[in-house]
Amino acid sequence: MTPRFDGRNGRWVGASVPRREDPRLLTGRGRFVDDIQLPGMLHAAFVRSTVAHGTITGIDLSATLAVDGVVAAYTASDLDLGDIVALLDRPPEEFSPTAMPILAREKVRFTGEPVALVVARDPYSAEDGVEAAVVDYEPLRAIVSEESAFAEDAPVVHDEAPGNVLVDVSMFDTPGVDAAFEAARAGGGRVVEVVTKSGRQNALPLETRGVVASWDDRDDQLLVQMCTQVPHQVRTAMARSLRVPERTVRVTVPDMGGGFGQKCVVGREEIAVAAAVRRLNRPVKWIEDRREALTAGFLAREQRYRTLAAFDEDGRITALDVDVVCDMGAYSCYPFTAGIEPLMASAEMPSVYQVPEYRVRARAIASNKAPTAPYRGVSRPQYVMAIERVMERAARELGLDPVEIRRRNVITQFPYTGVNAITYDPGTYRESLELAEAAIRDEGWYEIRDRAAADGRHIGIGYCCFSERTGYGSGAFAKRKMAVVPGFDISEIRMDTTGSVVVTSGTMNHGQSHETTLAQIVADRLGLHLDQVKLRQGDTERIAYGWGTFASRSVTIGGSAVSLAAGKLGELLCRIAAHLLETSPDNVRLDGDGGVVQIDDPERRASFEEIADVAYLRSHLLPKDVEPTLTATASFDVPGDGTFSNATHAVVVEADPGTGQIRILRYACVEDCGVVIHPQVVDGQCRGGIAQGIAGALFEEITYAGNGEPSAASFIDYLVPTATEIPDITVTHLETPCSLTENGAKGAGEGGTIGAPAAVLNAINDALRRTGVELDTTPVHPQTVLAALDAEIHQEVSVPS
Amino acid sequence: MSDRHLIVLNVNGESHEALVEPRKTLLDVLRHDLGLTGTHVGCEHGVCGACTVLVDGEPVRACLMFAVQAETAEIRTVESLGQDGELSDLQRSFSEHHGLQCGFCTPGFLMLAEGFLAQRPDACREEIREAVSANLCRCTGYQTIVDAIEATATRRCHAAKKEATA
Repeated sequence: MTPRFDGRNGRWVGASVPRREDPRLLTGRGRFVDDIQLPGMLHAAFVRSTVAHGTITGIDLSATLAVDGVVAAYTASDLDLGDIVALLDRPPEEFSPTAMPILAREKVRFTGEPVALVVARDPYSAEDGVEAAVVDYEPLRAIVSEESAFAEDAPVVHDEAPGNVLVDVSMFDTPGVDAAFEAARAGGGRVVEVVTKSGRQNALPLETRGVVASWDDRDDQLLVQMCTQVPHQVRTAMARSLRVPERTVRVTVPDMGGGFGQKCVVGREEIAVAAAVRRLNRPVKWIEDRREALTAGFLAREQRYRTLAAFDEDGRITALDVDVVCDMGAYSCYPFTAGIEPLMASAEMPSVYQVPEYRVRARAIASNKAPTAPYRGVSRPQYVMAIERVMERAARELGLDPVEIRRRNVITQFPYTGVNAITYDPGTYRESLELAEAAIRDEGWYEIRDRAAADGRHIGIGYCCFSERTGYGSGAFAKRKMAVVPGFDISEIRMDTTGSVVVTSGTMNHGQSHETTLAQIVADRLGLHLDQVKLRQGDTERIAYGWGTFASRSVTIGGSAVSLAAGKLGELLCRIAAHLLETSPDNVRLDGDGGVVQIDDPERRASFEEIADVAYLRSHLLPKDVEPTLTATASFDVPGDGTFSNATHAVVVEADPGTGQIRILRYACVEDCGVVIHPQVVDGQCRGGIAQGIAGALFEEITYAGNGEPSAASFIDYLVPTATEIPDITVTHLETPCSLTENGAKGAGEGGTIGAPAAVLNAINDALRRTGVELDTTPVHPQTVLAALDAEIHQEVSVPS
Repeated sequence: MSDRHLIVLNVNGESHEALVEPRKTLLDVLRHDLGLTGTHVGCEHGVCGACTVLVDGEPVRACLMFAVQAETAEIRTVESLGQDGELSDLQRSFSEHHGLQCGFCTPGFLMLAEGFLAQRPDACREEIREAVSANLCRCTGYQTIVDAIEATATRRCHAAKKEATA
């Protein structure tokens, strides 16, 4: 028999119960978008631009239409769809609104941009049709870098964005910034400058994007089955583009093979497919192939930070002055806009440190590259890398230990309101730092490093201490002045006549284990066995609105909403039970075992089945003021500035003098995401996130030729790390219960990805410390490491003994 | 491309007929002609391993093989693991160790491990890690996949020793 409770303190929360997603995924019975086959279904493929920047001078689809199996082909003018437009409520000098057409009209802005849609009886014929299309372009000079975007004679990617600037905000500029820098220069302090750059990456869910759309005459509705983290956002944007009432679009999400942010924005291909369905009156499927995913999917990360920091002689930071440029590619993403990266970076740049004075300018620029979407961590892997490099540089210049300089600057008193006007809720910034250092020290890595150096080897130790705002509420998004303001989530709970519940959430699982973790929360709240709780997500018909899953919001916001809904249902059960037990409502409580008990006489009890029987099948017995049915709905929005998870990562690496390759010898993560709902799942989120952070630090990069041609169109050129590159990682949990959420939990989805790039980079620089070279750009290529090590050898040769 | 061939594929112990173009991959025929959608499409160029199946016991990328090439072979897919609705020891181990998150790469890793452990039942952790590096996972960081396969190998070895001494 299954134990009644698996968790600590007799609760489900806190127990690593078997994941409820697993059986179907392990047996091949999961249902992903490409697994769906509908009668009469057609297949779509896209004709994509072969130039990065140019004017379309002609499209000839006659040969396409002659291909055996091709049913239809459409250009932008055939479909007449509304553009996708993401807006910020900011003045023109701060924000340039631009539009993303569903298919390119007149102009193409990146290699791979969809120009025409081909529909055929099978996917092979659809690709034959794409091959046969003839599109002529008048090429324009491509914008492929910050320098080319800002050049005086630079062509513009969008006429609406002069100078190729989409967002330009200057913030804070506290009164003492300049004085602090002057004082540091004049006195015994230091001013350090670090320019950090991160390469363009692909979030790379292993399941590419895809959709199966069909029309249902009876429901008078388009059924859009697709993999998206934000089904309601897709419904809203699609209905607007198709110019139809929103009720005529239903978006459902089957099992989803990862997203990591790439699927939390609205794409254009799915809308084009929906338009084809309306014209052809047949179901249409489109599955993005890997080449499309790498070259024309939403990319991420390409950012540059110039960080000036003033320190006093004790190594305490006195001012930060930062200039940020984010290359957002050809289009602003919906709903977040091109402001997503620069606005988060500028608001949160001071990170875990007590920074008294702060000034920042942050810009988003347009370029002729595939557009970007948020990617796990969103700007935090970059700004954390910037400030963590600043700390290490200052430590070197002031002759301080890298951990000691952090110790002197890290926030220790909570709540802490920073120079950035954000209030940080309690966390374990200093404790995680101490624990991570202790782990490395106790295992003897400092001695190993020093002995290795004596043998001419290059071992380095690096740290990264950071926090992460998880579960942005509407307040945080509104501060960014988004026209569409995500924040709340809704949950509806429904109990049936057997006392089981179905819980609906607006969040959208794509690997995070919501079917298990959100059910644990509800089971505890109502005193049900886990098997009596079923979570449903990913259907716009099931819940009025939901914001989906991104920004580590699901357990903080979605988890709070399901908890509140369960609490309301519990109150309703108590009211009915009190009536049935002929006592007052304040004399009953949930008994934690599937029933309601009378407080002054525990022998008297009504089980949920008995209550549900009355609620549905014998409603004449209900109290007069209680309506039949056992349902409850609740919403939750994080108050104030939200809640911050935190962690310290410690890494030991060795640089190979023969190949320049970096091997990770030890990786330790000490994290605090508040109350841990499911320890194994949190460990998995940390490790998976760290693997993606290591990927960004050492391997993955989408580069472009000068003419805007992408250089990584397959896994031969886009280097995804495997089991032999990603080390085993220890995860240690600290637990600061969050007072702002219902369950004390903070988000855990993104932290790993945020901390890894800085920790790995710092460790590499420690390994290279004898060379005098410091690296501030990721990914760190082996040839860069080799060049640094060669420089040391030459120095040794040239220095007389 | 009207040239089609009627082929017979032996998949999971059953014979299936399919009328296919010569260019159609084994992967597409398994998924779309035979309805065995447990085998997933990840890259279609033989790198990610999401489509790994066993062909005569060897782990093979189903995206790199044409269906017409597989006619005489014994093919096994993820649907063949486990019996009578019960998960196999390998599948249970993946669940116990949280060796899957989104689950998209999982069938490929299961078939890779099934083929590898059949050939190398006494493989050590580092050998398992090396074998696992054939496939890509974007969620787990691989550690728990290696854990799951290592635990299965250990259990099977113990069981085999017990049987041998009994």
